[in-house]
Amino acid sequence: MTDPSTVWEYAPAPESTKVEIKPEYGLFIGGEFRAAHSRKWFETINPATEEPLARVAEADAEDINLAVSSARKALKTWRKTPPLERAKYLYRIARRIQERARELAVLETLDNGKPIRETRDEDVPLAAAHFFHHAGWCDKLKWAHPAPDGGEPQGIGVCGQVIPWNFPLLMAAWKIAPALACGNTVVLKPAETTPLTALRLAEIIQEIDLPAGVVNIVTGAGETGRRIVEHPGIDKIAFTGSTEVGRMIATAAAGTRKRLTLELGGKSPNIIFADAAIDQAVEGIVGAIWCNQGQVCCAGSRLLVEESVMDEVIAKLRLRMRSLRIGNPLDKNTDVGAINSATQLARIRRFIKIGSDEGACHNDEPGQALPPKGYWCRPCFFTGVQPAHTIAREEIFGPVLAVMSFRTPDEAVARANNTAYGLSAGVWTSRGSKAFEIARQIKAGVIWCNTFNQFDPSAPFGGYRESGFGREGGRSGLAAYLA
Amino acid sequence: MSQHTPITKTWKLFIGGAYPRSESGRVMPVRDSRHDSGAALAYAAQASRKDLRDAVEAARAAQDRWASSSGYLRGQILYRLAEIMDGRRGDLIDAVRVTGGVTKSAARSEVEMAIDRTVSFAGWSDKLECVIGGRNPVAGPFHCFSQIEGVGVVAVVAPESPSLLGFLSLSLPALASGSAVVGLASGSNPVPALIVAECAPSSDIPPGVLNILTGSAEELVGPIAAHRDIDAVVADIKGASAKTLQLGVAENLKRVRIIGADADYLATDPWTGPRAFAAVTEVKTVWHTVGV
Repeated sequence: MTDPSTVWEYAPAPESTKVEIKPEYGLFIGGEFRAAHSRKWFETINPATEEPLARVAEADAEDINLAVSSARKALKTWRKTPPLERAKYLYRIARRIQERARELAVLETLDNGKPIRETRDEDVPLAAAHFFHHAGWCDKLKWAHPAPDGGEPQGIGVCGQVIPWNFPLLMAAWKIAPALACGNTVVLKPAETTPLTALRLAEIIQEIDLPAGVVNIVTGAGETGRRIVEHPGIDKIAFTGSTEVGRMIATAAAGTRKRLTLELGGKSPNIIFADAAIDQAVEGIVGAIWCNQGQVCCAGSRLLVEESVMDEVIAKLRLRMRSLRIGNPLDKNTDVGAINSATQLARIRRFIKIGSDEGACHNDEPGQALPPKGYWCRPCFFTGVQPAHTIAREEIFGPVLAVMSFRTPDEAVARANNTAYGLSAGVWTSRGSKAFEIARQIKAGVIWCNTFNQFDPSAPFGGYRESGFGREGGRSGLAAYLA
Repeated sequence: MSQHTPITKTWKLFIGGAYPRSESGRVMPVRDSRHDSGAALAYAAQASRKDLRDAVEAARAAQDRWASSSGYLRGQILYRLAEIMDGRRGDLIDAVRVTGGVTKSAARSEVEMAIDRTVSFAGWSDKLECVIGGRNPVAGPFHCFSQIEGVGVVAVVAPESPSLLGFLSLSLPALASGSAVVGLASGSNPVPALIVAECAPSSDIPPGVLNILTGSAEELVGPIAAHRDIDAVVADIKGASAKTLQLGVAENLKRVRIIGADADYLATDPWTGPRAFAAVTEVKTVWHTVGV
């Protein structure tokens, strides 16, 4: 095998699309952008350079009141809009996302730090697909989820939606598309470190003439999110983020009539059997843990390898890790971009230190040069990990893989299920019967056999156990937005 | 003619296929609801927090195998339960009426409806996935499907009335879809549910799959909410107790469904449609590569 360090360097291949970013963005309420009542602003920066991109309004209690009442007002006519007419608005959004795809991809990469290859090929096309798919559901709800009285299924009302920074535009699409398809109106808050693509989506929503107030997008940090969740005018809460915050939201919603869906953390197993196609499996491991710098709730962060192929898998994984290109996220050849924020980088570093302190062996490629500014973490894996180690139990949300071994299928399943989470799992084997039996035994909401991190609007996604409840996507996902 | 003095029966709990008394030794009287101070018609065990823990342990031990058995087999077992309950129809009607306030004809229709509901769910066990699961038409070279699985261990808090129909309406979706149930029977009239407990072993419901506790909901909702090995709760309960259960979500993200005050157990569609499974099932999406 060729040592990647001895081959020629790639020439830089930066994405050339220029994106206009305004110096400041207000809150999108009732179809208009407006300054926050608080008159407060916060900065969003490019995590690859630490340079500010724009300043964004910070919504306070008054602003949330206004957003909720605007959504409530819009609900009256939106829920009575004939389903096929609702559909047409969603189709328009899908089309405009497709038409402005490159611009959205570049903007996402600037604000989030993830490689342009991912935003261009995954985030943005999937966001468009999500709107397109759900547009088609609008007039078919009564076949998918018949109401007990036989009438047209009704939405829940005003939805408060709080989304994370790892897939900013895609998560906005996952939240808004089904809500609107089912006749709800929304108040959505993007994460404070990645508000720009959601605000660009607000511009698209303006462009396509969606009735004012059907979608309201408010920016701010945790406090703003809390105000949305606790607002008495909210009928349904949809949250994607950490299990810790999910618990707080569940506590706040107890004793109210608010409906709740939570898509939370994970510590997902990726199981490699000896009879797997090992080269493909190694590619699968790379995609499972280093895609989006591992900042993925369903990341395959626990690698379980059958003992007889452990050495081979580790050797190939090490070679593959060394060949990853880390750096400018706007370069089309970049595999690993920047960590989203200084806070997240500190968290990842803390876990790496704990991993070593507890006795596991840290493996990375020190030869990989890191840019001088920005938040960077080399992809790495730990060997010698025990199931009780912190890095084998807690969600790190970074490019850090914990490798463990197993001897029998039963042991693989027992280790895979040895977690409070249950979001996803990978199973690699060339025997179909084995793959489906292992998939049956694993307690997780999404199981990828001989693949990993695949998403589609028609395929329900969501967790078992402490990874939350409710599904997003497909027929099942609609249930979260129907009365 | 010899004299026959009625036997005042003491009903026991149903845990792991056995009929233990409460470990606390407590019993509570079942009285005629129209005369608070009347003589006890029967006694029932008053379950403690420890009894709850034992029941959850039995449920957990039994659940995996119950979920792994075919829907066809679960369906036959639930149908057998309906057969045996039908054989004890007279007992069930008397039991529903024992605490008073229910006319004979109302009791008869409740029991018949409860048996019918059991028959209905026997049919669901191998059909739920036909209706709410299936292949997902993803845009890529993958075979992708969503299967429906029981959530695991489900705690049921039954309504005070209808004592039999309420208990079964909340328990059957979990049983049919492969979960194990720890059910708390109506506090004022636990007897009909305890007759179901007597029918269960003869129907071949495996030990631990259905566990029935009797006692005070007010006392047990706290421990149910706090128990980290209960995966879901379905409860017909109001006010502060409902909030206590909802706060249990924060413990281990258990799924909680509170039955609304306007619930009408005598209606059929809301209880026997696919929505009945919402809080007690999980959707598992499985992807597999396709190609040569």
